Amino acid sequence: MLNLDFSFFSWQVVSGYIVKGFIFSIELTLIAMVGGILLGTLLALMRLSSRRWLNLPAAGYVNTMRSVPLVMVILWFFLLIPLVIGRPLGAEISAIITFTIFEAAYYSEIMRAGIQSIPRGQVGAGYALGMTYAQTMRLVVLPQAFRNMLPVLLTQTIILFQDTSLVYAIGAYDLLKGFEIAGKNFNRPVETYLVAAVLYFAICFSLSMLVKRLQQRIAIIR
Amino acid sequence: MSAWDWQVFCKNTLDGSVVAGCFGSGGDITYFDWLLSAWGWTLSVSILALVVALLLGSVMGILRTTPSRGLVLLGNAWTELFRNIPLLVQIFLWYHVVPALIPPLRAVPSFILVVLGLGLFTSARISEQVRAGIQSLSRGQRMAGLAMGFTLPQTYRYVLLPMAFRIVIPPLTSESMNIIKNSSVAFAVSISELTLFALQAQEETSRGIEIYLAVTGLYFISAFAINRFMLWLEGHLRVPGMIGGGK
Amino acid sequence: MSMIEIRNISKWYGQFQVLTDCSTNVEKGEVIVVCGPSGSGKSTLIKCVNGLEPFQTGDVVVDGISVADPKTNLPKLRSRVGMVFQHFELFPHMKITENLAIAQVKVLGRGQDEARERALKLLDRVGLAAHAHKYPGQLSGGQQQRVAIARALAMDPIAMLFDEPTSALDPEMINEVLDVMVELAQEGMTMMVVTHEMGFARKVAHRVIFMDQGKIVEDDQKEAFFGSPRSERAQVFLSKILQH
Repeated sequence: MLNLDFSFFSWQVVSGYIVKGFIFSIELTLIAMVGGILLGTLLALMRLSSRRWLNLPAAGYVNTMRSVPLVMVILWFFLLIPLVIGRPLGAEISAIITFTIFEAAYYSEIMRAGIQSIPRGQVGAGYALGMTYAQTMRLVVLPQAFRNMLPVLLTQTIILFQDTSLVYAIGAYDLLKGFEIAGKNFNRPVETYLVAAVLYFAICFSLSMLVKRLQQRIAIIR
Repeated sequence: MSAWDWQVFCKNTLDGSVVAGCFGSGGDITYFDWLLSAWGWTLSVSILALVVALLLGSVMGILRTTPSRGLVLLGNAWTELFRNIPLLVQIFLWYHVVPALIPPLRAVPSFILVVLGLGLFTSARISEQVRAGIQSLSRGQRMAGLAMGFTLPQTYRYVLLPMAFRIVIPPLTSESMNIIKNSSVAFAVSISELTLFALQAQEETSRGIEIYLAVTGLYFISAFAINRFMLWLEGHLRVPGMIGGGK
Repeated sequence: MSMIEIRNISKWYGQFQVLTDCSTNVEKGEVIVVCGPSGSGKSTLIKCVNGLEPFQTGDVVVDGISVADPKTNLPKLRSRVGMVFQHFELFPHMKITENLAIAQVKVLGRGQDEARERALKLLDRVGLAAHAHKYPGQLSGGQQQRVAIARALAMDPIAMLFDEPTSALDPEMINEVLDVMVELAQEGMTMMVVTHEMGFARKVAHRVIFMDQGKIVEDDQKEAFFGSPRSERAQVFLSKILQH
């Protein structure tokens, strides 16, 4: 049996290795969530449009993103973005762009379900009041859809937070990377991976419990 | 950007010379050989992990619907544990931590550890689907089974599970496709599967786009094949007179 | 000895008491109708008889065997008591004959051929032999409920429990089910029936039990119950139900 020794985990180690990665993981999660939901809502509206030139590209985009492993998408963007913009790009920036665009596909499916759950009569009511399509969507349909789908959107965000660890593939400095480097430098990889797992679990588990409670409250209000 | 160069796959992985016929010989391999072997690893990891996930996920999902508090707790704990730690971290735990804590496991090849890691991660998601499938059946079905004198295991075996699994096939289809995609994390512990091939071959040949396109294409094909198989299975098990069933 | 003895049973869901000190007997060959407003506990009471609903105090004794006794083989006891549910609860993935045969084979240990023969005989009896090879989803509600009765009879039960067997049916299908039940009663089957069908009660019941708020309020011979129920609540209930 191996002796575990966590004593090297001082505040210096935490602030020196972990905090930087943690901040990036949170940053990546939040930016990709906000950007992904905005872009995803747009994609959802496109998919629900009756115009083929709008719904076909949106469907193609969403289905493509959803059938490729995220790691491959990360690698693709890391390869392609510098070719497109003509200069190399840091792994962190590349990750932020990738996750926003990738998560948009998943958020768009959630928003599409949310919009479809709103009765057709609501759109009719909006038009009857003289609203334009954009006004009906912005003022009537989307707020309701967003509210109904809030727990699912948050659950997807917890998955997104877990997936940020995959930036490992391009060497971006995230929470997991921080633990990994600390483990290597102090020659304590077993302990650092264990602590990393516990930390990820604590965050994701408590967030998912919060989502569950939110879900119950929404169910009661409805 | 230079033009396509698909000949890259016919190159010998050692000296970069183009091999006629694209298949290496005498112990040498081409990038095409390597690609196919990587695809084989991806499929092996995925299919074995799927078997592990289906078995454990079903058991845990079933436990969560039993009247026994202890079993429900066990199933819940299992599901929450494997669902709330990122897959990559779980893979690292299996690769770095578990063998260190349990010395006999040091002799286990990393391929098996990855299969276990991916399998247990996915089992949590399958347990959710199975639980939801069983709970979507009316309480009356369980009672009807018991009322006829079936024991609880018999009620599951003859009444609840046959219907629950039919209900659960569509979500299981998407989980099976997910497992192919998720197997890509195995690159991080040096399993020579498609993603690791993509990373290394890209590095060696600088033909990233061709390499990535081939790899992405194979992921597509694999997921598509699983999708077709599950649709076939779903059609095969359809119950007449039910929604989506034939007359 | 009574076929079914319900002795002082009480049941709580958490803080909420659903049954309070209920006692009654069902003799061999007797037909008992249990009625009462919704939420009165009548469905819960009948499910206590074969132990589908656990209860905290009291006991139910079926043919001399205690339901509350932890040593009792409940599956065996249940296999001797037939039950028909409000929502039929046929097994949707099995053909009609398989629905009737499965428990005969797996619980009673009968051979496939014997079970199938018995199944066909009973289907013929409820007038559904022509549908033997269909699936439950392909039958109407009334037909499904007749199959469910046949499925219970296939086990050769010593008594039959009916939990609101007609309340999920369209009006035009109620009689086809009641006809089968009347026939059963006239053949001398011991029956405990939760129902609002007072016509059925008048025709074949020996006794009527009226429940309200988890208590047995009236337990009378049929004639007495319909003549002049003692409690005011039963009178109100009857007047509401018989108005139509």
